[in-house]
Amino acid sequence: MSARLLARALRDPGGVTALDAAGWNALVAMARAERLIGTLALRIGDRPVPPAVRAILADARLDADREARQALWEADRAAEALAGLDVPVVLLKGTAYAAAGLRAGQGRFIGDLDILVPRDAMDRVEQALIGAGWEWVKDDPYDDAYYRQWMHELPPMIHAARDRMIDVHHTVLPLTARPTPDAAAMIAQAVSITNELSILSAEDRVCHAAAHLLADGDLAGGLRNLWDIYCLLDGVDEAALEARAARHGLLPHVRQARRMAMALYGEGARLTFWDRIVMARLLARDGWGRERRKLLRFAFYLRSHWLRMPPAMLARHLFTKWRKGHRPA
Amino acid sequence: MNHGLTLKIGPATFRIGSAWRQPVDALARLYADYPPPADAIADFTVRLEPAGPFRRWVRPSIFITGDHGLADAAPMSLGHGLLAAEMGMNLQMALGWRRHLLLHASSVEKDGRALVMTGESGSGKSTLAAQLGERGWRLMGDEFALLDLETGAILPFPRLVSLKNRAIDVLAAEAPPERMGPMLAGTAKGDIRHLVPRRDAIGRMGEGAQPAMLLFPRFGHEADVRSVGQGEVFMRLTQASTNYVALGEPGFAALSGFVRNVPARAIDFPSGEEAIALVERLWEELA
Repeated sequence: MSARLLARALRDPGGVTALDAAGWNALVAMARAERLIGTLALRIGDRPVPPAVRAILADARLDADREARQALWEADRAAEALAGLDVPVVLLKGTAYAAAGLRAGQGRFIGDLDILVPRDAMDRVEQALIGAGWEWVKDDPYDDAYYRQWMHELPPMIHAARDRMIDVHHTVLPLTARPTPDAAAMIAQAVSITNELSILSAEDRVCHAAAHLLADGDLAGGLRNLWDIYCLLDGVDEAALEARAARHGLLPHVRQARRMAMALYGEGARLTFWDRIVMARLLARDGWGRERRKLLRFAFYLRSHWLRMPPAMLARHLFTKWRKGHRPA
Repeated sequence: MNHGLTLKIGPATFRIGSAWRQPVDALARLYADYPPPADAIADFTVRLEPAGPFRRWVRPSIFITGDHGLADAAPMSLGHGLLAAEMGMNLQMALGWRRHLLLHASSVEKDGRALVMTGESGSGKSTLAAQLGERGWRLMGDEFALLDLETGAILPFPRLVSLKNRAIDVLAAEAPPERMGPMLAGTAKGDIRHLVPRRDAIGRMGEGAQPAMLLFPRFGHEADVRSVGQGEVFMRLTQASTNYVALGEPGFAALSGFVRNVPARAIDFPSGEEAIALVERLWEELA
C-alpha cells in the first residue's frame, strides 16, 4: 500500500464513499501522518461517510480552524512588533494562504510563522522581535553561525509566552543552493492584504512552493506541499508563471512541480523518469501511517544536503554534526 | 503491521499494530470482556515498532508511536509490551482527543453521580478509584475523565487500571486473580500490574454521570480536609487537562461550569482505609 490512496481521495473525494473499514483506517492514518487530515476533511465535506469517520473529520476541521486562528494571531503579533520599522513584511506558506483565504489554506496544518523581509532589514527585524518577546531556540553556536552565514533565514525563534515559532527569511532558498531566486523582486511584487502585511504574487507563490519542495529539503511532508502547489496553480497564467520562474532560475522546478501536481491531484500529466522517482518518495507511506522505502528516503536525505552545499562544505558540515552526536533519522 | 487488534474503550476506538505477537496477545486476554467495536473504524492508530533496525530480533525494544507520537519517547523492552500498548493508547488520547474536555483524573460513580479525583502521579487517585471500584462504586476510569462539552456529564474511559508498586498488593488482596494482569517489574515507574475493571464497569462504559464532587487526594500525610477556592480549582484543572487549549471556548465554558457546580476538597490521608472512610463521609456531606 502507498499514499496513492490519500492522493486519490484528495483528487476525487466522491470516491471515498466506497471505502470499507480497513480502507478508512489506512486513509485516516496516512492523512494524519502527512498532515493532510484537515484538507481531506474539507474535501470530503458533507458526503455520506460512516459515523465514526464523520466524528474524526469533524475533529480535524476543529483543529484546522484553530490552526488558522492561531496562525493569524501570530501574524498579527509579528506585524505589531515590526510596525515601527517601516519594513515590508511578506507572509509565506500556510499563514499567507490562510490570511488571504486561498484554497491552499483550507484545512491546512500551519506550523511556524514564516515571513520574508528585505535582507538589509534583518538586523532591525531581529531586534524588534526580541524586544517583543521572541527568543532563540538553538543554543548551539555552530548552528547559529551556520544559519547566519549560509541560510536564507535567521535561526528559528520562539515566542516566550505563546510558544510559537517564527522563521524570518530574507530569501526563499539557502544561499548555498544552486538556484538564486530574486527575493527583492518577490518583495517588490508582493500583494498587500492588510496595512502592514502582504503575500507573494500568484506566480511567486508557485515559484516559492516549488523551490521549497524540489530545490530544498528531503521531501518530508511533500504530499502536502504538492497539494499547496496544485491549489496555487489554479487560475495562474501559464506564460506569466514561466517568465517569472525563469527570472528566479526555477523554471525546471516549477515545471516539474506542475507535472507532478497534475499527475497526482489533477487531470494527469506525462512524467519523466526523475519525476517518477520523486513521486515514489512522496508516496512512501503505508496504511498504518508508517514511512516506507527507507533507502529511497535516505537517498533523498543525502540529496537535500547535496542541494544545499558544495562537497567540501558538506563534508565539513556532516563531520561537525556527527561529532556533536547527530544521526539521520 | 504483523500483529493487530482493535479495541473500544469508552467513546474511543483504537487500532493497535505491533511488530511482535506478545503485546497483542496480552491485550487480547485482558480486554476479552470489552464489547467489540461496532464498525472497526478506529479513532486512533497505535504502533509498537522496533526501536532500531535490528531491534525486532536482537534485544527487542519497542518504540511507541501512532497517529500522534513523541519523537523522544524512551524505548521499552518487549517484556513491558503490554504497558507500551497502554501508553500508546494514552498518548493518542492525551494528544488527539477533541470530543470532550480530557482531565487527567480518576472517576467513580454511585447513584448516577460521579466523583472525580485529580492529582499528580503518586497522589493515590488511581489506587483510590480502583479500591472504590471494588467496594460498591462503579469505576469509570483511573487515568482520564472525559467532561462532556454540552451536558457537563463525566463520561467513562475504563481502560485497564495501572497499579504501581505498593498499590499492586492492595488491589491483589481485593480483586480475583483472573482480573489481574502479569507483573511488569522494573519499569520506568517501578513495578506495574494491570487490573481489569469489574464486568459492570465495562458493560456500562458508554454511560456517563453528572459530577457531584471533586477531590484532590494526597497519599502519605496525616488525615486532613481543606477547601479549595474556585480560582485554584480552575487553574489546577487546566493543568490537568491535555486538550483544554485545543478546545478553545467550548472547553472554557465546560470547565467553568464544572468548577461552579461541583464542590471541591483537597484531602490528605495516611492509608487507603482512612481515605475510603474520608471519601464516603465527604460524599454523604457534599454530594
